[in-house]
Amino acid sequence: MTGAPTAAPLLAAASGAGEHRTLIITLFSVFVAITLGITVWAGRQTKGADDFYAGGRSFTGFQNGLAISGDYMSAASFLGIAGAIALFGYDGFLYSIGFLVAWLVALLLVAEPLRNSGRFTMADVLAHRLRQRPVRTAAGTSTIVVSIFYLLAQMVGAGALVALLLGASGEGSRRWIIALVGLVMVLYVTIGGMKGTTWVQIVKAVLLIAGTLLITILVLNKFDWNLSQLLGAAADKSGKGKAFLEPGLQYGKDGTSKLNFISLGIALVLGTAGLPHILIRFYTVPTAKAARKSVNWAIGIIGAFYLMTIALGFGAAALVGSKTIIASNESGNTAAPLLAEEVGGGAGSTGGAILLAVISAVAFATILAVVAGLTLASSASFAHDLWANVIRKGRTSEKEELLTAKIAAVVIGGISIALGIFAHRLNAAALVALAFAVAASANLPTILYSLFWKRFTTRGALWSIYGGLVSSVTLVIFSPVVSGNEKALFPGMSFDWFPLGNPGLVSIPLGFLLGWLGSLLSREAADPKKYAELEVRSLTGYGAH
Amino acid sequence: MDSEEVAETPPTTAHPEGTPAHPGIPGQPDRFTAVQESAEFGELRRAHRSFAFPLTVAFIGWYLLYVLLSNYAGDFMGTTVAGHVNVALVLGLAQFVTTFLIAWWYARHAAARIDPKAEALKARMEAAE
Repeated sequence: MTGAPTAAPLLAAASGAGEHRTLIITLFSVFVAITLGITVWAGRQTKGADDFYAGGRSFTGFQNGLAISGDYMSAASFLGIAGAIALFGYDGFLYSIGFLVAWLVALLLVAEPLRNSGRFTMADVLAHRLRQRPVRTAAGTSTIVVSIFYLLAQMVGAGALVALLLGASGEGSRRWIIALVGLVMVLYVTIGGMKGTTWVQIVKAVLLIAGTLLITILVLNKFDWNLSQLLGAAADKSGKGKAFLEPGLQYGKDGTSKLNFISLGIALVLGTAGLPHILIRFYTVPTAKAARKSVNWAIGIIGAFYLMTIALGFGAAALVGSKTIIASNESGNTAAPLLAEEVGGGAGSTGGAILLAVISAVAFATILAVVAGLTLASSASFAHDLWANVIRKGRTSEKEELLTAKIAAVVIGGISIALGIFAHRLNAAALVALAFAVAASANLPTILYSLFWKRFTTRGALWSIYGGLVSSVTLVIFSPVVSGNEKALFPGMSFDWFPLGNPGLVSIPLGFLLGWLGSLLSREAADPKKYAELEVRSLTGYGAH
Repeated sequence: MDSEEVAETPPTTAHPEGTPAHPGIPGQPDRFTAVQESAEFGELRRAHRSFAFPLTVAFIGWYLLYVLLSNYAGDFMGTTVAGHVNVALVLGLAQFVTTFLIAWWYARHAAARIDPKAEALKARMEAAE
């Protein structure tokens, strides 16, 4: 379903865009210039590891709340959810709910103890009480795998945008722009470190909320501020009628797709508190109290944003229509920018072109900021966990560790560019849900057991992390996401024996089970003194960095 | 104070029983254990766990109920509430409301019941250094 067959409608959809390409490029360039300026400024103030990894731990709860929101509201949220709702109606809304409710796990169980007992990465907490070399290797590996899945989703979103803006002729340009996104994100991370990246997130969060609010107001205005009227129009235009507003359009076909819905639901709600790029954000504030405040701000900001996805998604269904959306991107990733064009006055109008340009620039900014956060998280874990503490066994200088982090950022940037060029037929929200499933299977059990279970052992952690990681990734490889249908990563092949698009239903319980079983079957018992130290530190904040 | 310091114990002596829990404080191997076993710390732990654990079970249960209803109670979820607004949408929005409420409630509980206890213990441990 790519290339030639969709070229004609795609060009029609993009014709209004082509004329005002200059505006989009200008807006986006302004964003990149400003954020690179901030990055250079932040880079000048970045001296040691505390600055590079944790932004000097000097951000306020509100600033970090905005930055968390910026890190979290990715292309998946903005482009993916709007598209999923526009095409599948109510079923797409599950993403918004799961992505938000998930924050309560982070708030109640993870954010504060992590801030109190860790230093730079998720593995710091585990290393307090477990044998640090094996657990750092495991946690570092899963951090990098989760981040790469997440990066892939962002690059898919970027690719969809470029295809929308440049038309079918833009295959070459798509590659160039993905490469450019990769390059800028590497610059953010290597020059600005956490401080620079945090400010990029803050700027982006403000832009994204403002842009979404503008579209929401314009959409609701068209329907006399009457939600029911908007829903009715969306249902009519979808051709599905009342069913469009009810659960089941995407996931209600049969028993398997219903299981897939549960699997997705579990992955969404348990994934957030295991996402490495979110976890390291808690280190950028001075205290656990500030970490709690930042999560509460994030819940408010992210919740408001996800409420607006109702207007974006159903608005796109009602005003743009699924036919036009599918013609532009078969997974719906371009529904939000197309809606912006429509409420601005329609294709070909000046207002439409301006709004399309603004929203596309915001979407690019969104993608850029999130990929920077992901690159930082994975390169930090590589340098701090794998390089400094496992490979060099703690005998590196800080300078060498930071240089390693920067080199890792370049390599990870390269990997994500390569992935982005290949994958572009998938829905960005569905892809991010895979990252959530891997995070919930491999990271969350070990974090919770380490913090709250006194009999947890190194073997439990290793079984849980590797078991969760291998099972979730393996099930994804053999799922319909990777092969067996025209939307898959490899549409020409078929080895899709696992029927669910999201592995969470199997791999998350498995991760928890293995952590428990591994601890029971350990030859060495858990060290009560080390757990005492971790528990006291994590609850009181004594000796926190 | 860094976890790095733990790295310097040779890997062969992975978990020697008598090793001080924290090499930075010589002569006080059981300092953290003593605090952990104190009544004050027990209260702090209870203040956190007795609030956070049941609430976590509750909100995850409520969320799963919503997911299961979406899957297996389509007719109920499709029931009209007003105009084109159906039960599914109302329950979805209710998830937003409960999330906001729990976040607010926890912040209040933590400020009143957890923070003072944590700060007192931390201050006492720092004074004992």
